[in-house]
Amino acid sequence: MSALSVTLAENNIDWHLPSRGRVGMYCLIAAEAAIFTIFVVAYVFYIGKSTSGPQPKDVLKAPIFYTICLLASSLTIHLAVRKMAAGNLAAFARWWLLTIVLGGTFLLGTAREWVNLIYRDGLTISTNLFGTTYYSLVGLHAFHVTVGLLALTVVAVFYFAGRLGQKHAERLEVLSMYWHFVDAVWVVVFTVVYVIGV
Amino acid sequence: MSTNTISISDFPAYRPVTLRLHDWVTTVDHKRLGILYILYSLFFLVIGGIEATIMRIQLIRPHNDFVSPEVFNRMFTMHGTTMIFFVAMPLVFGFANYLVPLMIGARDMAFPRLNAFSFWMTALGGVFLYFSFLGGDGLYGGGGAPDVGWFAYAPLTARTFSVGHSADFWVLSLLSSGIGSIGTAINIITTILCMRCPGMTLGKMPLLAWLNLTMGGLVVLAVSPLTAAQLMLLVDRYLGGHFFDTQAGGSAVIWMHFFWIFGHPEVYVLAIPAFAFASEIIPVFSRKAIFGYRVMVLATIAIGFISMSVWAHHMFTVGMSSGANMFFVLSTMAIAVPTGIKNFNWLATMWGGKIRFATPMLFCVAFLFQFLIGGLTGVTLAVAPFDWNLSNSYYLVAHFHYVIVGAILFATFGAFYYWFPKASGKMYNETLGKLHFWLFLIGFHLTFDFMHIPGLLGMPRRIYTYEPGRGWEIWNVIVTIGVFFQAAGILVFVFNLTWSYFRGQVAGNDPWDAWTLEWSTSSPPPEYNYAVVPAVRSRRPLWDLKHPEDPDWRYE
Repeated sequence: MSALSVTLAENNIDWHLPSRGRVGMYCLIAAEAAIFTIFVVAYVFYIGKSTSGPQPKDVLKAPIFYTICLLASSLTIHLAVRKMAAGNLAAFARWWLLTIVLGGTFLLGTAREWVNLIYRDGLTISTNLFGTTYYSLVGLHAFHVTVGLLALTVVAVFYFAGRLGQKHAERLEVLSMYWHFVDAVWVVVFTVVYVIGV
Repeated sequence: MSTNTISISDFPAYRPVTLRLHDWVTTVDHKRLGILYILYSLFFLVIGGIEATIMRIQLIRPHNDFVSPEVFNRMFTMHGTTMIFFVAMPLVFGFANYLVPLMIGARDMAFPRLNAFSFWMTALGGVFLYFSFLGGDGLYGGGGAPDVGWFAYAPLTARTFSVGHSADFWVLSLLSSGIGSIGTAINIITTILCMRCPGMTLGKMPLLAWLNLTMGGLVVLAVSPLTAAQLMLLVDRYLGGHFFDTQAGGSAVIWMHFFWIFGHPEVYVLAIPAFAFASEIIPVFSRKAIFGYRVMVLATIAIGFISMSVWAHHMFTVGMSSGANMFFVLSTMAIAVPTGIKNFNWLATMWGGKIRFATPMLFCVAFLFQFLIGGLTGVTLAVAPFDWNLSNSYYLVAHFHYVIVGAILFATFGAFYYWFPKASGKMYNETLGKLHFWLFLIGFHLTFDFMHIPGLLGMPRRIYTYEPGRGWEIWNVIVTIGVFFQAAGILVFVFNLTWSYFRGQVAGNDPWDAWTLEWSTSSPPPEYNYAVVPAVRSRRPLWDLKHPEDPDWRYE
């Protein structure tokens, strides 16, 4: 006997399972959240413990405009995914490209801030404890924005190659979950670095 | 032979070795990856065992000079790191990979390519760690293998104290295997939630699936902090950061927190799958359904939650506030409640059953006893004042080896014997299995029962030698003798499985008259697992099939 077959009497039972993409992405988000938690804890724990300058209040200025850009990109990606689900590809592309532009603007803001900090204020990752925790936390976030932007760009490339359609709406939604998470993390990072930390 | 199953062995077409090797390297099949994980961890089990043996030979008598102090430091670091990250973790993931899709009636894991990626990341971690023997020197000639202990407290890992690249290889090794672990954990969770066969609601899953679901959640939440801490250490070592640099206002204690936030849930990452093996094996060999399925599930989840709030019991001797001490004493003791519930449930499963003492069951019975004792010494160490006296003594070393070897490894050996017929299609040799059991049991108790005593007498861990006349000598001799019994047991084990793989009797689909889905397909299972997607109505679908007059679903 090489195969017992295990079957139900009523074989066509109603059977629904959650989507793999969503569950997988939720798990990834949980793991990433744990990583960010450790970096945020380290940042908060080390506030005011630098033995030498520059101190946060001397050099940090809240990047309000760039923050608005990043938060707005959550809205635009949401609209893009909804347009895709509705089958409106042109509208999808507009919102999607706007998302990329907004995300790119945010990264540009981080880059400008870093250039100023390094060349004007003389703060690098090895200058003092503040520098170490600041560049690590903000850098980790910027890294995640970069990864997100790469993924968004890949989708855009597929769109222009004509390989993207309504059937991919769920995958795009999974990707947008990641983007929303990166935005949410920025809210925490912003609060910790530019509000509590100065 | 029924006709609706086609097994690979029906096509004995010749494939050259290179092609077969290529198949294994490029595979995304969960069963093959599971076997790769397990073989990989067995390889490192032997290496980690050799390192332990070297330490025990060094400690067999006072003022021994079998190895130098430097080598001794490398041995305990490599032994600990290897055994946790490259033996225990791959074993856990290997079994989860192999069993979970089969037991929930799925074709494969949710993300097969992620699965392969995760395995090779873990494999890369092992390569990093052992390459340190060659590459650790760096340009400064200050290296060799890492010698900072498996939890690598700051400031030992600072550039000043670890010149060369030894600590860097340690960091890279844990970083890459950590990424592999998180990937696999995500895969396991997603597989269990999204790939169950029709009818298998969460409440009808085998307990093994529930326990692995909890394990996956713990890995996601606990290994990630370790990854974060390793990134910080890399920043410190390569970019001149100050996270753990006390000279610049950094804190050495925060590394301890970060490490143990990973380190204690990690114990349960390893223990919960061992509980899973016991929860599958004990019912089958007691001929009874598991006692208290729902309570078992709840206890598992409780363990998962509580295990994330006990980490600082590793740090009582560091000097925390009395409030923190109190919290971690109580939370640590609280975890004994759900684990105790589990123990009673396993005993209640055996109670009144028709117990068959085949090798898997022997290992599980030993697991029950030893887990109880290891758990009880854990409760003693949870008492902060007691811990102040015995932390980092051989009492502590004996305690956690009691849990990791006596409980986790014993249950895992049980799992090896239980599922070997499924994975290989051949039956192992029962006499050799029992010989392995008794040799290992005797060796284990010689080593780890008696190891408590020098600890109580004040022998600290990680010393490379000691003065005569402290009353430690005889205990160290006994402890070292036990090691050779364990090594002999392992040799018998490896020989048994290797020999049985080639020469063993054909096992058939269901040699244990078991009840979970994996026993319904052929042994070894075909690549696609099930020719027809199974559908289940109870927790024991094969019982229902074998006993249509009295199926389980009437009672659940």
